[in-house]
Amino acid sequence: MDLSFLLIQSLNSIQYGFLLFLVASGLTLIFGIMGIINLAHGSFYMIGAYLAYWLNLKTGNLLLAIAIGLPLTIGLGLVVERLAIGFLYSRDHLYQVLLTYGLILILNEMQRILWGNDVHGVPVPDVLAASVPLTQTQSYPVYRFFISAACIAVAAAMYLVIHKTRLGMTIRAGAVNREMVQILGIDVGRLFAIVFSLGAALAAFSGMLSAPVNSVYPGMGEQILIISFVVVVIGGIGSILGAFVGAMLIGFVDTFGKVLVPEIAGIAVYALMAVVLLWRPQGLFGGRPA
Amino acid sequence: MTVLPRLVLLLLLIGLAALVVFPFFAERFYLQLVTKIMVTAILAISLDLLVGYAGMVSFGHAAFFGLAGYALAVLQRDFGLVLLWTTLPAVLAVCGVAALIVGWFSIRTSGIYFIMITLAFAQMLYYYFNDSRAFGGSDGMFIDTKPTIEIFGFELVSLRNRIAFYYVTLGALVASYLIVRMILLSPFGRVIAAIRINEPRARALGYATRNYKLACFVIAGMLAGLAGYLGAAQYGVINPAFLSWHQSGQALVVVILGGMGTLFGPVLGAFVLTLLEEFVSGLTERWLVVIGAFVIAVVLLLPGGIASLLVRLRFGRRMQPAP
Amino acid sequence: MPIKSISAATRRRFLKGAAAAAGAAVFIPAPFAIGQAAKVKLGVLLPYSGTYAALGHNITDAMILAINEAGGTLGGRPVEYVKVDSEADPSKAAANTNKLVVGEKVDFLTGPVHSGVAMAMAKIVREEGTITVVSNAGADAVTREMCAANIFRTSFSNWQTCFPMGPEMLKRGHKRVVSITWNYAAGQEMIGAFRESFAANGGTIVKEMLVPFPNVEFQALLTEIASLKPDAVFSFFAGGGAVKFVKDYAAAGLKTSIPLFGSGFLTDGTLPAQGAAAEGIVTTLHYADSLDNPVNKKFREAFKKATNRDADVYAVQGYDTGKLLMHGMTAVKGDTGAKKEIMAAMRGATLDSPRGKFTFSKAQNPVQDIYLREVKNGDNVVIGVAHKALADPARGCTLA
Repeated sequence: MDLSFLLIQSLNSIQYGFLLFLVASGLTLIFGIMGIINLAHGSFYMIGAYLAYWLNLKTGNLLLAIAIGLPLTIGLGLVVERLAIGFLYSRDHLYQVLLTYGLILILNEMQRILWGNDVHGVPVPDVLAASVPLTQTQSYPVYRFFISAACIAVAAAMYLVIHKTRLGMTIRAGAVNREMVQILGIDVGRLFAIVFSLGAALAAFSGMLSAPVNSVYPGMGEQILIISFVVVVIGGIGSILGAFVGAMLIGFVDTFGKVLVPEIAGIAVYALMAVVLLWRPQGLFGGRPA
Repeated sequence: MTVLPRLVLLLLLIGLAALVVFPFFAERFYLQLVTKIMVTAILAISLDLLVGYAGMVSFGHAAFFGLAGYALAVLQRDFGLVLLWTTLPAVLAVCGVAALIVGWFSIRTSGIYFIMITLAFAQMLYYYFNDSRAFGGSDGMFIDTKPTIEIFGFELVSLRNRIAFYYVTLGALVASYLIVRMILLSPFGRVIAAIRINEPRARALGYATRNYKLACFVIAGMLAGLAGYLGAAQYGVINPAFLSWHQSGQALVVVILGGMGTLFGPVLGAFVLTLLEEFVSGLTERWLVVIGAFVIAVVLLLPGGIASLLVRLRFGRRMQPAP
Repeated sequence: MPIKSISAATRRRFLKGAAAAAGAAVFIPAPFAIGQAAKVKLGVLLPYSGTYAALGHNITDAMILAINEAGGTLGGRPVEYVKVDSEADPSKAAANTNKLVVGEKVDFLTGPVHSGVAMAMAKIVREEGTITVVSNAGADAVTREMCAANIFRTSFSNWQTCFPMGPEMLKRGHKRVVSITWNYAAGQEMIGAFRESFAANGGTIVKEMLVPFPNVEFQALLTEIASLKPDAVFSFFAGGGAVKFVKDYAAAGLKTSIPLFGSGFLTDGTLPAQGAAAEGIVTTLHYADSLDNPVNKKFREAFKKATNRDADVYAVQGYDTGKLLMHGMTAVKGDTGAKKEIMAAMRGATLDSPRGKFTFSKAQNPVQDIYLREVKNGDNVVIGVAHKALADPARGCTLA
């Protein structure tokens, strides 16, 4: 194994890590701040991908499709929060699990009614369709770099919003002590509705963004769901930094696992999670017990 | 939970009586359907012990269910064992040891982290069976001979007989229910309850809380193994899908829907959910959306699950779901 | 008693389907339209929800089309379709099969898509004796170790679709290849068949790569392929995984230097989604959309008219399932009690299928032409027959 091989595999790992981070960040946001275990997160990812496919078909421009699709998913998140999730804040985690499980079934059906059962692809936008040669035989698509850049931008924006703005401050306060914030005259219900729809939109956004390198098909949401939970838990619930580190770890373990020890490639990421949790039962960056 | 409300007890006894006489009236298909539901109910009881009483939410409980099926298949294929007396204890031992290992690691965490670490172990087991050709890979294995009960070489009961299988399963269900109830009423059960409510305080009182939790996990794993043994023997088929996270999730749905921390609730949940699925999937191709809506409706309108309906009749709104 | 109403409701629903079938029968003159005879129950176990729902619908609709084209009857008796959603879930397969075979007491059973479901189904119908036609699942064992007089297959064995590719790739001068597939039974069987014919004729498989199912992150292995620099790559993926693999392969720039070959499922039903990335991929399969024969043209038109969707290989398999059942039932004039005669007729059938004429082997698997196809302008163009009348070796099958 030579150095360039190692470098390219590291590039693959980082790139995959970015993608995972983007999906998982919305989950950890909802999870950590609102204390909601949202099994339907993968469904929002799927809806994002289908919206990208459908709007791209209608408008012929992926970026425009994303611009139209994002408000739609924020709206969907709001509706779901108002009609269902909102009743569950004071209830046990398990009821959230159950309710969002029911949501998966309904959102899957919605997808089938709206877009059918076929597999679809989304073309890479022309401006980003080029690729960069890495070795004689392999080159790297520019669009994958674009995804990484977008992930960095989202991560930075999230960090700034949560740690540097007034909204972020109330969100953090609401996460620590809901009643206290309420007493101080802040409408926590509205606050949580905003957070939930933002989280849902983040999932959908990552579905849209990765649609051109993925394929769009029924059941795609459930695949991404488990792996994003793994990322969030490894990093520590509610920690954006943790989600980032967790995503990168999974990226590296998955990539190198497949190449170096293919016999246990299926097990590798779960073994990693088990080891991390045994070492640090609250995840790498998890502070307070969930 | 020390004493069941009289109404509930009455209903349970009526239900039991109905199950006892059911084979005299039922067509073969319904006999097999109810057998399948009772297997699910045993799994649900074992999970309720963990979730509802010990406060340990396992998202990997199907692993023990599936492991039992594989253990039975391997015992038969590689060791030629068909007797219930030999295979059942062996299968339970395998599941007990597996639960001991998984539990020993898992109980170091709590809350959502416990959920995820149990999922991790279940997924590892899933991929282990899925990827190893010795166990038939993703196509799974067959159990060609049904277990039999013999005394001095004389075949007393063969589970080939569907009615015999039905009654053995019913017996296993009643036994599981009574065993778990006895455990919960024993001093051991009181400690488990104390740990759920306040683990540091229980520890401060001098209880080795981890040992209690581990014992609880092993018991639940073995009961799930009992369900898996029967479930795999019923149709003679076992494959990795039996261990998948969908199955673990489904088991949780049955428990919460039925009413966790009540023991009889999950049994009701198994009946209601399976029969509803049978019914709705025959009505429309879009049956999953109906199931989804039903689940959401129960969560929003019936906190405490189906069991709380019964208890509410008697006690008003006092019944609370276990935290 | 709630249980009773389940089956009543189920029946009610299928009466609707049967009524539609009868509606079609109105246009057919003479004896068929009388329809006083008792209904034939045809059990269908296919996925109608989840990832494989599209396959389930195409197989079902084409099967009903075949039967409706001939007056909507089997051997002169109207048909009641009893559909069960398999969800492509092997853990529910046994119970679902049981529901149809024991609960509904169907006369015939067809399905499934998923190999794991097929194995459980085969086990049960071997015991119960229900005449069963496998309309997709390719698990080799179904017509090998599990073969039985009452189990037929109108689709393919995994072995069949890939065995002809070995010599073909050698003929093109590709001696060192890498194989890649998902780590599950179908993938292993397909690669195994390819290995068998490729290695026997002097080829070397440099590395057999297995991706955990249903993981679709291929980048690490593409990099490894690039560094191994084989003459070519042989692959099997299907559905969403096939789309992503083909697109990733092209995006990594491998397509120009290392040609991609595969089982036909790599490019079937997925070409619009794969776009230009699929151009030039050579595959083997028992069918191609553009097959130039009158039966295929007529079938594709009729299917489009009936469903407003384009037919695919799965639809063809469903269509032939309908034809095979009709063949068996016509031979006994609808007497479902004459099981032996029905099975004998089915075994001896020659089906004039959209894929071309084919017969059945002793193991009751199709003996069929395997086509060599190349993707040109977004279409799987037949460029030859990779293997004429290929029969599965049926190792371990006891049917004489």
